[in-house]
Amino acid sequence: MARMRTKWLAACMLAGIAVAPAPLAWSVSAGDQAPACAASLLDGGRTVSLADYRGKVVYLDFWASWCAPCRDSFPFMNELQRDLAGKGLQIVAVSVDKTAEDAKRFLARYPASFTTVLDALASCPTAFRLEGMPSSYVIDRSGAVRAVHVGFHNADRDEIRRQLDEALGGGKR
Amino acid sequence: MKRAIGVATAAVALALLAACATVPPWERGTLAKPVMSVDDPPQEKTQKLRTYSAKEGGAAATGVGGGGCGCN
Repeated sequence: MARMRTKWLAACMLAGIAVAPAPLAWSVSAGDQAPACAASLLDGGRTVSLADYRGKVVYLDFWASWCAPCRDSFPFMNELQRDLAGKGLQIVAVSVDKTAEDAKRFLARYPASFTTVLDALASCPTAFRLEGMPSSYVIDRSGAVRAVHVGFHNADRDEIRRQLDEALGGGKR
Repeated sequence: MKRAIGVATAAVALALLAACATVPPWERGTLAKPVMSVDDPPQEKTQKLRTYSAKEGGAAATGVGGGGCGCN
C-alpha cells in the first residue's frame, strides 16, 4: 500500500516537472478581447491603463531599447500620430525595458510624439503573451483586438494604416 | 531497487529539462547585447581571416585576399 502511494507520488512529481517548462499558453490574437494592462508613463509617475482608452482606437506597441526594428517603428508611429490622432487614434507604446534610464536613452535618439509607458515588471507582455519583439495590436473602440503584428517590417506599414483606418472609420464593430 | 534508481534518473533528467525553457521575447534584452553575438565583431573577424589566410598561404580561401606575407 505504502509502495503504491510512493509510486503515485513519484508519477505526480514527474508530471509536474514535465509540465513546468511547457511554452506559454496561446497568444492574444485577432478577435480576442484585449486583456487588462496598466503601466506608468515614462515622463511622469502616473499609471495609465488600457481601459482608460475604451471608446478610442488604440494602437498598442511593445518595444525595448535593445530592439533593433523598434528604431524603424518609432518614426512610423510618429506619422500615425500626426495623421490619425485627430480621428480618434491613441498610440500607446509599452517599453519592456528593465529600467526607465534604458527606455529614456532610446527615446532621446528616437523621439516619440505619442504616449510611452514603462512596464518593467512585464505584466502587459505577459498578459498579451507576445510572440516576438516588437509586437503591435490594433484594438478597436470596444476593446477587441482587430489585428496583431509581430515584428516590424516596412512592408507592413500600409496594412497597419489600412487596419487603423478601418477601425477608426467603422466607429462600431 | 533498480526501479528506484530508474525513477530517480528520470526525475533528474526531467528536472534538468526545465533549464531548456524558452526565454520570452520581452526578456531578451541581455541576449541582444553585442557581447552575446555568436560571431566575432566585424573588424576582429576581418583581422582573423586576414591572419588565417596569410598563415595558410592560400589567398581567397576564406573570401579575404592576401599573400603569404599578410601585408596586402
